[in-house]
Amino acid sequence: MSAPPTTASRATRAIGGLSLAGLALLLGYALWWSPPDVVQKDSVRIMYVHVPTAIVAFSACAITTLASGMWLRRRSEGWWVLGGASAEVGLLFTGACLVTGSIWGRPTWGTYWDWDPRITSTTLLFILLVGFLALRRVDNESGIAAQRGMRAAIVGLLLFPNVVIVHYSVDWWRSLHQPATITRLDPTIEGEMLFTLMLGIVVFALVFAWLLVHRFRLGWLEERVRATGLDAAIVERRAEADLAGRAR
Amino acid sequence: MFRDAGLVAGKDLRIELRSQVTMQQVLPFAVLVLILFGIALDPDRGFLGRASAGLFWVTVLFCALLAIQRAFTIEAADGGRDALRLSGLDPAGIFLGKAAAIAVQLLAVEAVLAAGVVLMYGTEVTGVPLLVATIAAATTGLAAAGTLYGVLAAGLRVRETLLPILLLPVLSPVLIGATKAFEAALGGVAADGWPWLGLLVTFALLYLTFGTLAFGTLLEES
Repeated sequence: MSAPPTTASRATRAIGGLSLAGLALLLGYALWWSPPDVVQKDSVRIMYVHVPTAIVAFSACAITTLASGMWLRRRSEGWWVLGGASAEVGLLFTGACLVTGSIWGRPTWGTYWDWDPRITSTTLLFILLVGFLALRRVDNESGIAAQRGMRAAIVGLLLFPNVVIVHYSVDWWRSLHQPATITRLDPTIEGEMLFTLMLGIVVFALVFAWLLVHRFRLGWLEERVRATGLDAAIVERRAEADLAGRAR
Repeated sequence: MFRDAGLVAGKDLRIELRSQVTMQQVLPFAVLVLILFGIALDPDRGFLGRASAGLFWVTVLFCALLAIQRAFTIEAADGGRDALRLSGLDPAGIFLGKAAAIAVQLLAVEAVLAAGVVLMYGTEVTGVPLLVATIAAATTGLAAAGTLYGVLAAGLRVRETLLPILLLPVLSPVLIGATKAFEAALGGVAADGWPWLGLLVTFALLYLTFGTLAFGTLLEES
């Protein structure tokens, strides 16, 4: 199967364009057109970035687990590449979620870090993803596609279940100390604030899809290089030998 | 399956009896960590007694890493993994056997650590049944998840550094559950600890099941 020479296509340009336009619109709603929160004042505005990145990060884990499971069943390259691409982009969003949460925590809690269940479990998620990607990288260095990656696939398959177990146990652990955290975020939001949050979720889902497709295609090209690399090297060496022979 | 598990566990424990690696290296390390915590946390200010449940389980986690690495190092020499693959033993049995051997060694380490915590940190034991049940459930979970991730990392060149980052976040629920249950059993109200035991038992059962199912394919790879 021949791979396209670029990771862009008409579809990704459309998603990319929509993402950028959506981000501009989101910026407008998040910073100007939506009202400040009664309690949190203007600091609530970072929630329009923070909550969507969190949702996307957890969805990315679910995609990685799904792709790992499918790879274990089918052993097809596509699922393998998707699992890694999703984890990598997911790591980016997990990082963004932690940073925005920390910036929000400063004016709200008066500290950049609090032992809040969500911060704690998201940080553990970050490390789970780093570990998974480290293992994948090691796995990637050896073997052919069908054999390679059994380890990473098993860890990938366990990724989402682990995220869920860790999330609930951390939640349970912290909720004994400070039950207030759960209700600290006002659950009843409406009007323009709700619309802005929904818009944020849609826009960040688009950005995620955009990055994921590009990363997937890049991973696919890497696979092609791996597959053809050895053959190409042999042909090159042969050509060199021919030239050297003729010159003599 | 259980006969095979018994054979593998017996083999691993015989190797331990002859080589004494857990006894002479992991166990002293555990005591050393207790002393290091004592130095780091100023014994006069009463932190140690209050934090003893958490310190106990963090030490156990470190020792578990060593025991797991050791369990797969002994298979690396003389083509032990190939021999295991060719032995015709049930992979589920091999998994349970290796996990059981790790669990037995961890139990020995935990017994010494518990004595150390009581003696050196001045911790008071108020709920013995809860203490024993927590140790049993948490150790089973540690050994099961550890064996699964241990065989994952076994064949890799970077196994020593990769295993902690893969395994410790996964084990964080065990640390949470075991610490909370221990806090209840060590000077707290024992009734508060039993729900946490549920978390530990669930974790152990999940990893025992998954390990039993997945170990065969992983052994082929490593």
